[in-house]
Amino acid sequence: MIKPLTFIGQGLPYLDPGHLSGWLIVVEGSDGAGRTTQIQLLRGWLEYQGYGVVDTDWTLSPLVSTTIGLAKEGHAMNVLTFNLLYATDFADRLEHEIIPALRAGFVVLSDRYIYTAIARALARGADREWVRNLFGFALQPDIVFYLKADVQTLARRTLLAAGLDYWESGLDQNPGMDPYDSFIHYQRRLLREYSRLAKEFNFVTVNAKPAISTVQRHLREHLLPILTSEGREHTLDVEEPRL
Amino acid sequence: MGLNGRRDNQRQMNTPGLGQAHDYPGKLIVVEGIDGSGKSTQAQLLQKWLLNRGVPVFFTEWNSSPLVRRATKAGKKKNRLTPTTFSLLHLTDFADRLTYQIIPPLKAGMVVIADRYAFTAFARDVARGVHPQWVREAYSFAVRPDIAFYFKVTVECSLDRLQSSRAKIKFYEAGMDLNLSRNVEESFCIFQGQVLEQYDAMSDEYDFEVIDAELPIDVQQLMVRRAVERRVADYMAPFSTRTPARAGMLPLSEAR
Repeated sequence: MIKPLTFIGQGLPYLDPGHLSGWLIVVEGSDGAGRTTQIQLLRGWLEYQGYGVVDTDWTLSPLVSTTIGLAKEGHAMNVLTFNLLYATDFADRLEHEIIPALRAGFVVLSDRYIYTAIARALARGADREWVRNLFGFALQPDIVFYLKADVQTLARRTLLAAGLDYWESGLDQNPGMDPYDSFIHYQRRLLREYSRLAKEFNFVTVNAKPAISTVQRHLREHLLPILTSEGREHTLDVEEPRL
Repeated sequence: MGLNGRRDNQRQMNTPGLGQAHDYPGKLIVVEGIDGSGKSTQAQLLQKWLLNRGVPVFFTEWNSSPLVRRATKAGKKKNRLTPTTFSLLHLTDFADRLTYQIIPPLKAGMVVIADRYAFTAFARDVARGVHPQWVREAYSFAVRPDIAFYFKVTVECSLDRLQSSRAKIKFYEAGMDLNLSRNVEESFCIFQGQVLEQYDAMSDEYDFEVIDAELPIDVQQLMVRRAVERRVADYMAPFSTRTPARAGMLPLSEAR
């Protein structure tokens, strides 16, 4: 399906208005909600169904990833520059990876999108309108899944996977606090922001607590009406490959 | 202090923004203009004059924070920057300097001279094609300057100056990323011409003190000093850099 470029806000006025033939699918949710697992499964399914898939992760752009890493280590960022560095990183990936892939007809699976950055910025006290405008250059996704889980589940899964890190625990916001308490405190604020964003931006909220295969089936079902191509006779099969 | 510090940390930035005058005891003086307009020369002369009068001055330059230096340099070298990432990297640099170099001296009552400010982004990034409203909103947390000088010069004159002072016009300075022309000089003239248009259009919006930058250097500098005396007449230096023994409140006009 050929679509015009649609942006969240002011967009990228200098871009060739051209068209996009791919799909931008976003999976949002806190760490420990199972985003990465679900994206891997979606990729396998989509490729099995014949789609070209590109995935993109939050902060992997070659432009500022080193700078972000160094600044995180040295705690050299403040709230404002933290938000801006992530915005820069995203802009670089948007223009160099996401838009070219969408123009070439790929399905882009985005592990987090601007909503994570907006939620983090708001949890750190940034001005709501300012952050929204800042990310106004972002492309409007075809669908945003929000994998929702409660704080205790997220904490258990995060601790099992990797342990707590300074920024994910929000320790910059709670200096001196016990890392676990800070994590809970910060994640609660993030969840509140995600819930507000879910309404504002029409997320498809999916309960992340059931079995992996159950969650995956939900995601696939929601994608059926979106992934329609001209000339494609058979509809997608939610069951194959088997979960 | 502990409580306030913590609250500052949580709120983004409690400045009144570009739309409203600040109430810090210090003063913010900004110089703007296209490359080759001579604004840096004028800013340095102003700094020397103020220091000689015992006024404590802090000087800050566009795109100079260590935070994003590496990324900006790498991005420019690989020609990877798009109008948006170019704009965002400069905004990050600005935010970092505003937090550490501009607001603290203003709070301490010093005069801050900024060689380029948010208006550079409004002129240059818009000439590169970003949305004028987007970039203005993005910089909305900036402190409104007490005086913004705009050194107005023709593109031909600035090109002459740059060519006589250094060998090569830089890639982004000439707007070569926009594919306006393959010829560097031609591209420079088209791009800087558009930047100039943006500056001219902003002059009223932000109450620029416009200086004819093709006048002799000393004539321009006297105009700059007169404007400073006129527009920050209420400024009192909290201490003197020249005679530390005479520390105390010191009006600009008597600080000689």
